[in-house]
Amino acid sequence: MIRLEKRPSPSRFWTATTPLLAVALTMVAGGILFALLGKDPLEALRTIFWDPLFHPQFASYSRPQLLVKAGPLILIAVGLSLGFRAGIWNIGAEGQYIMGAIVGAAAGLAFYPSGSPLIFPLMVVAGALGGWAWAMIPALLRVKFRTNEILVSLLLVYVAQNILASAAVGFLRSPEGGGFPGSRNLSQWSSSANPELITGTGMHWGVVAAFIAVIFAYVLMSKHLLGYQIRLAGQAPRAARFAGVEPGRLVVLCLSISGALAGLAGLFEVTGPAGQISIDFNSNYGFTAIIVAFLGRLHPVGILLAGLLMALTYIGGELAQFMLGLPAAAIQAFQGMLLFFLLGVDVLSNYRIRFGRRSVA
Amino acid sequence: MTHLLSVEGLTKAYPGVVANDGVSFSIAPGEVHALLGENGAGKSTLVKMIYGLVKPDSGAMTLNGGAYAPAEPRAARAAGVAMVFQHFSLFDALSVAENIALGMENPPRPSDLSARIREVSHTYGLPLDPDRLVGELSAGERQRVEIIRCLLQDPKLLIMDEPTSVLTPQEVAILFETLRKLSAEGTAILYISHKLEEIRTLCDAATILRGGKVVATCIPRETTAREMAELMVGATLMTPKAAGAAPGEVLLSVEGLTLGAASMFGTRLQNVSLDLRAGEILGIGGVAGNGQDELLAALSGERRAPPGAVLFRGRPVGALGPTERRRLGICSAPEERLGHAAAPDMSLTENAVLTGTVRKRLAGRGFVDWTAARRFAEEVIAAFDVRTPGPANAARSLSGGNLQKFVIGREVLQAPDVLVVNQPTWGVDAAAAAAIRQALMDLAGKGAGVIVISQDLDELMEVADRFCALNGGRLSASRPTAGLTIEEIGLMLGGAHDMEVAHAEA
Amino acid sequence: MEMFGGINPAVLIASLMVASTPILLAALGEMVVEKAGVLNLGVEGMMITGAICGFIVAVETGSPLLGFLFAAVGGALLSLIFGVLTQLLLSNQVATGLALTLFGLGFSALLGQGYIGVKAPTLGRIDLGPLSDIPVLGRILFSHDPMVYVSLALVVAIWAFLRFTRAGLILRAVGESHEAAHALGYKVIRVRMLAIMFGGACAGLGGAYLSLVRVPQWTEGMTAGAGWIALALVVFASWKAGRVLVGAYLFGGVTVLQLNLQAAGAKVPVELLSMSPYLITILVLVLISTRGAQGAPASLGRSFNASS
Repeated sequence: MIRLEKRPSPSRFWTATTPLLAVALTMVAGGILFALLGKDPLEALRTIFWDPLFHPQFASYSRPQLLVKAGPLILIAVGLSLGFRAGIWNIGAEGQYIMGAIVGAAAGLAFYPSGSPLIFPLMVVAGALGGWAWAMIPALLRVKFRTNEILVSLLLVYVAQNILASAAVGFLRSPEGGGFPGSRNLSQWSSSANPELITGTGMHWGVVAAFIAVIFAYVLMSKHLLGYQIRLAGQAPRAARFAGVEPGRLVVLCLSISGALAGLAGLFEVTGPAGQISIDFNSNYGFTAIIVAFLGRLHPVGILLAGLLMALTYIGGELAQFMLGLPAAAIQAFQGMLLFFLLGVDVLSNYRIRFGRRSVA
Repeated sequence: MTHLLSVEGLTKAYPGVVANDGVSFSIAPGEVHALLGENGAGKSTLVKMIYGLVKPDSGAMTLNGGAYAPAEPRAARAAGVAMVFQHFSLFDALSVAENIALGMENPPRPSDLSARIREVSHTYGLPLDPDRLVGELSAGERQRVEIIRCLLQDPKLLIMDEPTSVLTPQEVAILFETLRKLSAEGTAILYISHKLEEIRTLCDAATILRGGKVVATCIPRETTAREMAELMVGATLMTPKAAGAAPGEVLLSVEGLTLGAASMFGTRLQNVSLDLRAGEILGIGGVAGNGQDELLAALSGERRAPPGAVLFRGRPVGALGPTERRRLGICSAPEERLGHAAAPDMSLTENAVLTGTVRKRLAGRGFVDWTAARRFAEEVIAAFDVRTPGPANAARSLSGGNLQKFVIGREVLQAPDVLVVNQPTWGVDAAAAAAIRQALMDLAGKGAGVIVISQDLDELMEVADRFCALNGGRLSASRPTAGLTIEEIGLMLGGAHDMEVAHAEA
Repeated sequence: MEMFGGINPAVLIASLMVASTPILLAALGEMVVEKAGVLNLGVEGMMITGAICGFIVAVETGSPLLGFLFAAVGGALLSLIFGVLTQLLLSNQVATGLALTLFGLGFSALLGQGYIGVKAPTLGRIDLGPLSDIPVLGRILFSHDPMVYVSLALVVAIWAFLRFTRAGLILRAVGESHEAAHALGYKVIRVRMLAIMFGGACAGLGGAYLSLVRVPQWTEGMTAGAGWIALALVVFASWKAGRVLVGAYLFGGVTVLQLNLQAAGAKVPVELLSMSPYLITILVLVLISTRGAQGAPASLGRSFNASS
């Protein structure tokens, strides 16, 4: 019989290696999945993980996409990780991302077609505020009424999607769009554009913000008292109250940061890669970021690497769709599998696996 | 005399520790047999093997002359072995009858079961209402549920794990009456305890365990408590000595504090008042679940009270949080070590930061000074003889006694003016308990005021200058400990907790 | 269907029963899981997996009943992943539930590649003869497909199971305190695994009801938050089967009403109507939480490892 025995202290070795093990296991399982779909598994894996970076023909296009996709994932995941560490489960980042984009875009479009250099900064602030305000709904309901923030933040995603639809066909629809849904193109209006900063890298302001967020989160979690309190509240809530941590304040703080960062991600996306508010503007970054946060073990540096890896599967998935006819959904399932394996092998860092007779009947 | 149960060379090893090493003893029908030993001596492992919860690595048991090797508790119960647990075996949100049904193999129909519960509970002097929710019962009544659950199965052997730790002296008397009656009817009782006087009054024979081995057997009535204690600990015991400072000014006072229960089955504090003077130790006795957690939370600042309900040096502090109170000089140590007083998965350095930030200046401008934190943790480890490889180890890797020394040391070394501790030696080995008591007395000797909340009356009599009782969320007036008798204390603790004593007519 | 204004209450009630059935089934299953002390946030993922499994089997075999059977199996198999991860490998239940939902959405989309726009065989109404012809009551009570009756029977069965049977008592005991249940010799993990799989099967049935009866066709992400609403319902119902029924029908009523309003071209923006079920769910959650989490199993969401 196999049994689990709790380690006296979490294993540092396994904490660092479990994500790699999970990636390896996912590749094996994914290979089987692709084979079942009638694709050559090795070719599929190469197309997803290798070709986007090194294919002689496609790499020049897909390499910059890496940062374009990783930027919002990292930005959102860093925010989420703070809450997850504290046991505060904001799973509605998708909604906060949408609201950040809408509020930010609306703030800019109110001044169309002004050429003021203040417009983009104003939009950035408005985007952060939009995401923040949307996250404050579950935060305040949790603090005031102890309403479950998991359910509220998630249900608000569906509300945000309806607001998005309403914005695209209604209050933000471009007057010059000939009646088609969708706002003016923000990436083509110089005052609101979030362009590629260094040609050929995919680097835009959102990616810069993501890097800053990683550094900020790293300092916060390892050096600052607040980071200590976040960890304490997540691991031992009663001990946190004994230490003088106000649970309500922490809920508001964590949801503020994650909401604002998700809103920023939405704003940078709508002014850059996406270009406009449209009905299908959101692309599940808010949900994929949850996988990124866990894959990065809720650690800022881990999240940076995990975001890049997940971006690679996005781009590689598109490439595999184009070259091998691999369905887009296969990549989504593949990402889900990655999270399963990660959660499964996590047991190694906190428990020792013993083979032999069970002590407990 | 024929044996009911004999245990021959039972051995059980866990990684890093041999919990039981060749343990042998036997028990006759109707015998009350004590299993005596310190925390960690291997008593729990031994009875878990007898009850089928743990499988021995080697050794054999015979019951009624036949081989006995229960694979699970169900098999043990079927063979006539029943066990009353110290904790963890009742379901708060279920009724008494449902709890009892869960402990039976083939429970009768609910209506029949209720009738049986009433009948058996009256026969043995332990009246109980089958329809009440267990979460609403007092500790003594909860224990009755467990005992009746066992008695309904007509056990031949009844195992009782530390049964009196949650009872008032009067309740202990009722329990002993029941156990004697059972023993007279031929039921053997295996009685686990570390309370020596109890064993001397109740038990026919005793097996003493130390470090997983049987170190002695004795007839308790013919052995002194001190002799048994030294067999149990394996060394001569030191009694803590008070420094004997005269009580000074009032440091902390509580005036008419009323506070709602912390949890669904918690206790509401009602009109609690007390004064604590510099240089004295105030002992607060009472059975767990009578408002101890709530009182500690109200004093530590975890639960806010009206400002004027708690005064520190005459200044209202009731509305202040734990950090502000620590800054003023009020420190505390809650009962639950893992998860409340310390974070299990965090290192000792991180756990030093838990309460030490203000008084030990472990944080500046919001940033934690990890070097200073490690130094403070090392200071606590050195001063309180905490056995651990170093401050980088997780709190949960420490034994109960060592972690408790760390927790108490962390507060004492912050040189508080007022220290409030709840169950400071619960589940702690005798040497660590003595060290903790000494530290509390030394702190008082230096002029601090100390409140010790404890279920252990012997401990309170030893360290406290004044004693008061917490019962049902109400605090009695205090009395000097010198000259208090155990009966007086029992009455202060609410006697038999208003439970009927049915032995009179039984 | 008659439009708003000249609306027929009997038709409205009958259609709200149909609209409620998916979340009723899913919420009943989740309630049993939570009663055993396990929080499975993967209801959405199990529902949509059930929706596509049921749809594929029904289309391929032509039998909607076989479709429902395989939907239950599909949901249970997916929940088994959750069970293995949380019960045997002791992973975090919140994170694992989320993973189940994310995976289920992708996996179902993958399975459903060739089934978009395909028509499934519909589940006929049970012919109850003259009973169905009773005015009003006949329309409300006696003219439904079998799954509506199955869901109602399940309400009664779960209520009776939890209240009167020994197995139900053991399940509640495990959810209340796994340490105590273990000390008494009950197999905590086995009980929880069975409960998790039952919850998965119920969610699968709920999903298949969407794809085979209510919509009835396959579209990606068609559950559209129904699983999350089912989770909210369990909280709303204070873990009581009867109240799950009330909650599901209230919610179904809101859904049918807003759809009728949309169809009637009411002067309210369509988006506002579409988001109303979610907003109302949030509102109800807030109202419920003000009176505290009554009836929540004490061990809900906590991991159990016997040797620790």
